Amino acid sequence: MDLPVIWFVIIALLWLGYLFLEGFDFGVGMLLPVLGRDETERRVLINTIGPVWDGNEVWLLVAAGATFAAFPGWYASLFSAAYLPLLFVLLALIGRGVAFEYRGKVDSPRWRRNWDRVIVIGSWVPALGVGLVLSTNVFGLPLDARGDRVGSAFAAFQWPALLGAVAVAGFALVHGAVFLSLKTDGEIRHRARSLALRVAPVALLPLVALLVLVQSREGFTWTLVPLMLALVAVVIALLRLRVGREGQAFAGLGIALALSVVTLFGALFPDVLPSTLDVANSLTVRNAASSPYTLGVMSWVALFGTPAVLVYQGWTYWVFRKRISTAHIPPVHVP
Amino acid sequence: MDVLDIARWQFGVTTVYHFLMVPLTIGLALLVAVMQTAWYRTGKPQYLKMTKFWGKLMLINFAMGVVTGIVQEFQFGMNWSAYSRFVGDVFGAPLAMEGLLAFFVESTFLGLWIFGWERLSKRVHLACIWAFSLATMASAYFILAANSWMQHPVGIEYVNGKPQLNSIWALLTNSTVLAAFPHTIAGCFAVAGTFLVGIAAWHLARKHRTSPSDDPDRKVWFASLRLGSWVGLVAFAAVALTGDLQSKLMFEQQPMKMAAAEALCHTEKPAGFSVFAYGDVQRADCESVKSITVPALLSFLANGDFSSEVKGIEQLVGEYKTRYGANYPVDPRLGELSGKPIDYVPNLPVTYWGFRLMIGFGAIAAMAAALALWLTRRGRVPRSRWFAPVALLSIATPFLANSFGWIFTEMGRQPFVVVPNPTGVDGVWMYTAQAVSAGVTVGEALFSLIALTTVYGVLAVVEVFLLRRFVRAGVEGVMPPDRTPDSDALAFAY
Ligand code: HDD
Ligand code: HEM
Ligand code: HEM
Repeated sequence: MDLPVIWFVIIALLWLGYLFLEGFDFGVGMLLPVLGRDETERRVLINTIGPVWDGNEVWLLVAAGATFAAFPGWYASLFSAAYLPLLFVLLALIGRGVAFEYRGKVDSPRWRRNWDRVIVIGSWVPALGVGLVLSTNVFGLPLDARGDRVGSAFAAFQWPALLGAVAVAGFALVHGAVFLSLKTDGEIRHRARSLALRVAPVALLPLVALLVLVQSREGFTWTLVPLMLALVAVVIALLRLRVGREGQAFAGLGIALALSVVTLFGALFPDVLPSTLDVANSLTVRNAASSPYTLGVMSWVALFGTPAVLVYQGWTYWVFRKRISTAHIPPVHVP
Repeated sequence: MDVLDIARWQFGVTTVYHFLMVPLTIGLALLVAVMQTAWYRTGKPQYLKMTKFWGKLMLINFAMGVVTGIVQEFQFGMNWSAYSRFVGDVFGAPLAMEGLLAFFVESTFLGLWIFGWERLSKRVHLACIWAFSLATMASAYFILAANSWMQHPVGIEYVNGKPQLNSIWALLTNSTVLAAFPHTIAGCFAVAGTFLVGIAAWHLARKHRTSPSDDPDRKVWFASLRLGSWVGLVAFAAVALTGDLQSKLMFEQQPMKMAAAEALCHTEKPAGFSVFAYGDVQRADCESVKSITVPALLSFLANGDFSSEVKGIEQLVGEYKTRYGANYPVDPRLGELSGKPIDYVPNLPVTYWGFRLMIGFGAIAAMAAALALWLTRRGRVPRSRWFAPVALLSIATPFLANSFGWIFTEMGRQPFVVVPNPTGVDGVWMYTAQAVSAGVTVGEALFSLIALTTVYGVLAVVEVFLLRRFVRAGVEGVMPPDRTPDSDALAFAY
């Protein structure tokens, strides 16, 4: 394997890390009004991701930054062509980040209710938006010979990509519910589990549909393998959830996600961003990659940087491994 | 309005806004780490109170720094895709390194610090805030290295019409970043120092009036005031020293920016430093500008002696035209500018006044810090009524100085987005007009500008509202007075 291919794989892995980690914390945000019946319960939910959500979000920044460094053309074309969905993602992430930090800083129900709304919207919109952008990336955009979008601002909003949006949001919802059943205690835990059981068969369907669609339109023979395995992993995860093995279900969902990412990026390869106008305009691993020198430098950085990140992020999860329940929530103390 | 104007406005608005949060985070992070270290070493309660109080303000501000930063990261691709394609091979690397080596550390260890008060050992918990503080500075280094490369491209060769990185070391040790980093970081400490001075002075004065003698937190405010004023004063000295270094680099690397900073029309030898200009600082009536000048000072700033020649705008325009071309290329993407003459002169009123306001506002902050030191000499508590409001007002000045510094630096490099390096590789430069995304419509760009500006405006109100509340409440606002330590309850929980 040569450097551009390695970097294609690294970028796929960064997206996987992002979808896995922020997937569940988007899910937690979506479920805030559903599972959090009173203020203390809502605080339990938010505190399950309190120490980690920002670190999870950095995966998105690094995925974007690594794309910029390794495939400048890909970064430039995708980000300018998918302008509107990305703008909505940005606006939502702005609100969400501020909401976590600010909602508890004033002791007023109205204040908190408003920030709760921001959290809910701020969790749905980026999940949908990222799903849309990633799947539109696989299906292609109308790019001219220089890599610029021709046509309307809504070029990214095609139905297959909209399916991708729902797929990622649905996955996040289930992933979040299972995560909560692992991280909370008491009544919330049971509610989270039964909710996961109820919604999972429906909420995971779009993901399955997306994979099948990608396979039929863009796939190779070999991508059938991860696709099939992903379906198996989804079924196993559902079965384990049914018998109350939340940890295994969570892992199963993670594996299903990983295999889905392999399918999507596998179907994309060797393109990085196909043009729907003319194959000659497509950006590929070859024509969009940075110079071997830059890729070499970045490889060294990744070689040392990534294991360190995994170690200290892993450590954070270990430090805060205890389940949280309403009993752990201290009284509000703010000016 | 075309996409170019909108994209420039958006970059200006969002970056200046981002840089209101950034210096406060960078400055407070280190000061809070120092406070917590003092508590760890001495066990004195006032240091714990300081850590908690200033730490809380830092967190309120940090959240905004994070969310506005994400916009920056995306914006290069969304609005400046031609720029990203042209420089990606070089410029992407420091950006990716910032994410991988700094942002991950920042976000993870801050999470550990916020939630780890009773979970981690005191030592490890202290290490977390230090890791956070160092990471904020590392992130500043990487992003400034990226920015410095735009001001002074190094470490590259020219391949297939694009710059290609051939030495990451050269990029990271660019003379421009070696000067800009200490200057910017010192500017951050000017912000944090003045912030401490203003708020602590206000608390001292308030308590002084209501209960003259027994304010339990007097030590907290007194120590904060002293710390803040020392930091502010030293920061100003550092800013002046490093600013002088930057002027000398600018003289070599971006002579036009130097001339624009002075609105210097004609080449002078020796050149005087203009302190204040009246009349219209526009090129058109260059002749009509009168200014109060310190003889030969500009020669000294530029080149270290009092007799050097400093080139004026008129001469430089000629040189630039011969070297970089008189007209824009004929390219439909350049719209109205296609084939038109290139205007090599940056916006003079902005650069001229930007430079002076940077220095001037910084000087006001330094005076406030010096005043605070004088009034608190040998343990005195300031008694005058006017000091607190003055100190409180001075909080704004280093923020303004920073903004004007950036506005000057960025507007001073126009019409280039990547400025040609006079001694570097030939062919590597880019006009701002060529940098913008060609496929993006005016509608999208305008919607984005309006949406972001509106959201930022609302959030500014919210942040100031919250900061005010916590500032007024003082130590009691962040430390429940009668809290029994309970290892099960979450510390600092959301
Ligand atoms: C001199 C310092 C400096 C400068 C010039 C900039 N930033 Fe910044 N940025 C920081 C210093 C910083 C910081 C201190 O590291 C922040 C500010 C507050 C914070 O939360 O971290 C941050 C946050 C921050 C974040 C969020 C990080 C997170 O989630 O933890 C991103 C993505 C960026 N920035 C990106 C940028 C880009 C693309 C810039 C260029 C236009 C930029 N920043 C200018
Ligand atoms: C390393 C970080 C930075 C990079 C890479 C960067 C890059 C850019 C780019 C690409 C533009 C648009 C092109 C242009 O109009 O000139 C720009 C403009 C601008 N930037 Fe920066 N910038 C950085 C940091 C900052 C900061 C921190 C500030 C201020 C707080 C700032 C202030 C501005 C302003 C005011 C403009 C508008 C200039 C104009 O309208 O002509 N920049 N910068
Ligand atoms: C004695 C005073 C000062 C001098 C001589 C000075 C000099 C300079 C120069 C020459 C530049 C432009 C560098 C370039 O574009 O190549 C600059 C930029 C800047 N200045 Fe200052 N400065 C002074 C005070 C301050 C103060 C008090 C602050 C803030 C508190 C400040 C903040 C900045 C910032 C943020 C920039 C843009 C970033 C950079 O290029 O480093 N400066 N300064």
